[in-house]
Amino acid sequence: MAEITLPKISPTELRPLAAGAGAPLIQISDLSLYYGTSKALKNISLSLGEKVVTAFIGPSGCGKSTLLRCLNRMNDLIDNVRIEGSVTIGGHDINGDNVDVIELRKRVGMVFQKSNPFPKSIYENVAYGLRLHGVKDKSEMDGVVEQSLRGAALWDEVKDRLHSSALGLSGGQQQRLCIARAIAIRPEIILMDEPASALDPIATTRIEELILELKKEFTIVIVTHNMQQAARISDYTAFFYIGELIEFDTTTKIFTNPAKRQTEDYVTGRFG
Amino acid sequence: MGIRRGHRAHPGEWLAEKFIFLVSLTAILMVFLIFAFVTREALPLITGEVSSAAVQPVIPVADMDKIPAEKLRIYLELTPSQFATMDHDTKKLLMETKVEGAQDAPDNKDAKINTIEWRYLLFPYQWSGYDKPVYIWQPVSEIKKYNIIPIVIGSIKTTLIALFFAVPLALGAAIYVSQLASPKLKEYIKPAIEMLSGIPSVVAGFFALIFMATVLQKVFGYESRLNAFVAGIALGFAIIPVVFSIAEDALTSVPRNFTQAALALGASRWQAAWQVVLPAALPGVFAAIVLGFGRAIGETMIVLMASGNASIMSGNIFDSARTITATIAAELAEAVFGGDHYRILFLIGALLFLVTFLTNMAGELVMHRLKGKLEGKK
Repeated sequence: MAEITLPKISPTELRPLAAGAGAPLIQISDLSLYYGTSKALKNISLSLGEKVVTAFIGPSGCGKSTLLRCLNRMNDLIDNVRIEGSVTIGGHDINGDNVDVIELRKRVGMVFQKSNPFPKSIYENVAYGLRLHGVKDKSEMDGVVEQSLRGAALWDEVKDRLHSSALGLSGGQQQRLCIARAIAIRPEIILMDEPASALDPIATTRIEELILELKKEFTIVIVTHNMQQAARISDYTAFFYIGELIEFDTTTKIFTNPAKRQTEDYVTGRFG
Repeated sequence: MGIRRGHRAHPGEWLAEKFIFLVSLTAILMVFLIFAFVTREALPLITGEVSSAAVQPVIPVADMDKIPAEKLRIYLELTPSQFATMDHDTKKLLMETKVEGAQDAPDNKDAKINTIEWRYLLFPYQWSGYDKPVYIWQPVSEIKKYNIIPIVIGSIKTTLIALFFAVPLALGAAIYVSQLASPKLKEYIKPAIEMLSGIPSVVAGFFALIFMATVLQKVFGYESRLNAFVAGIALGFAIIPVVFSIAEDALTSVPRNFTQAALALGASRWQAAWQVVLPAALPGVFAAIVLGFGRAIGETMIVLMASGNASIMSGNIFDSARTITATIAAELAEAVFGGDHYRILFLIGALLFLVTFLTNMAGELVMHRLKGKLEGKK
C-alpha cells in the first residue's frame, strides 16, 4: 500500500489544536447525555491518545455510537439532546460557546456505517470538503484528490473514471471513497461508526488494512460490533454497557485479561 | 413449483384487482376521448372544409339540382342528418338566403379571403385599413381575423411571469421547510402553504382584479391597470402550492445520510441543503416545475379576470394580454355552433392540450436522464 503523504492544504488550517503536547488528545470528563429525559450516557470519563486506534465495543444500544457522535457534535442535529460534563480536544472544550462547529468538524472527520457518497462524480465527492474550505486552485485540488484516493487505497481502481458517478462503485469502494473524502480535508481525528458492518469479508479486510495504514497519520476512534475486528486493528479498547463505560485499557489486556467480569463475558461471546 | 400470480386467488381479490384495472383504464380512455373530441371539432379546419370568407362563392338557385348532394350540403353548412331530414323547399329557401346574403356582403378587398387558412392563422397580414402587416385576433368583425399568435404570446407571457415569480419562492420555501426549519415550525408552515391550493381560482382572480392590480400599479407605475404582469403574479400564487408540495417531498426523500456526510465535512446546514440535497433531489424538483408550468398554462379564471383580456400583440409584460384559455372560456359560448369561430377555438384547445402533453413528456425524459446520471448509469 502506498505511503500516505497528503499535501498541506494551507498553513493556517493546520495549526495545532492546543499547546498541551504530550497530553492525551481527547479528554472526556464526566460526560452524560440525555435524549429527552432518558440518560443515554452515564458519567463517562475517558482519555484517548494521539495517533492510535481506539475501539468502542459493546452490545447494541450501549451508547458507543452516541459517544462517538459527541466528539464532532453530530448530536447537535438531534432535537432534545442535552449534554453534561465536558469533551476537550487538545485542551479546548468543544461544547464551549465560542467553538466554531464547522472548524471542529474539519478537524474531526467522520465515516459512517452506511457508505454515503454524494450523488456526484468520484472526483467531486473527494473535492467537496476542499471546496467547502475554500480551495479553488485546480492543480492543488487535483493533487489532493489523487493523494486522498491513494490514501484510501482506491486510486488504482478509479483513476480512469474519476468523473463518473460515485454511486456506480461497489459497496466497499464507496466506503473507501467516504474515507478518502474524510481524509481529503486533513482532519486530525477520524471517527468511524461501524465502517465495515455492511461490507463483505474481502472489502472488510481492505478497510482494516487501510485503518492500520491511516493510523500513522491520524488519530482514529472506531465503533465496532465485530470483536475480532477490534482485536485486529485497535491499540486501545473501551467496553460500554447500557450507557456506562465498564472498562478501558489496551486492546491486548481487554481481550486477554480483562479486569471486569462483564467485559470478559462480552469479549468471549457469552452475552451481547 | 413456483407461485403463479392471480391463479387461485381469492375471488374477492380478483374482482377488486380487475375493478381497479378498469378504473385506471377509464382514466387513460378519458384523456384520449377528450383529445379525440377536441381534434374532431377542429378537423374541418385542417381539411379545409370550412371557409370563413365574408363573401362566399354563390351558386345560383336554379343550379340547385345540378350539383352533387354532398357539395350542396357543405355549401348550405348543414350536418348530414340535418341535410337528410330537410325537405327540398327549405333547402331552396336557404339557397335564396345565401344569394341575398352575398348582395349585402361588405365592400372590402379582404372579403373573399378565407381567413382560417394557415398563413392567416400564423403569419402577419396587411388587412385593408392597416398600413403594415399585423398579427390580429378579431373573431367578431366584418372580416374575421383569427391570427393565434397574439393569444399564444399572451399565454406564454403570463405563464413565464408566473413561473419566474413562483418557482424561486416555492423552491426556497421547500428547501427551508424540508432542510432547515425546526420540526415544530414545519408543522405550521407546510399546511399553510398547501392551503393556498384550496383557494378557488375565481376568488384568487377576484383578489387580483380588485386589490393586487391597484397595489402593483402603484408600485410599478405602469399604464394599463390589468395586464400580463398582474395576471402572472396572481397565477404564481396559484402554482406555488403545487411546486412547493412536490419539491418539498422530493427534498425530504433525499436520504438523511447525505446531509450528515456534508455536515461531518464541515458544511453549514445551508451549504448541505444547497450543494448536496438540492442536486440529489433535482429530478423531483424538475417534475415540480413542469407540473407548475402545466397548471399555469391551463389556468383560466385568474387570467380571464386579471389580464385585461385584450389580445394585443406585444412583448411588454405591462401590456394587457389574452391567453388561449381565457379566449376559449370567453368566446366559445358566443361562437356559432359548427362555424369557423367555433372550430378555431377547438383548434387552439387542441394546441393547448398538445403543449402540455409535450411538456410533460419532455419533462419525463429529462427527469429520467437526470435520475440515471445521479445513480451512475450512463
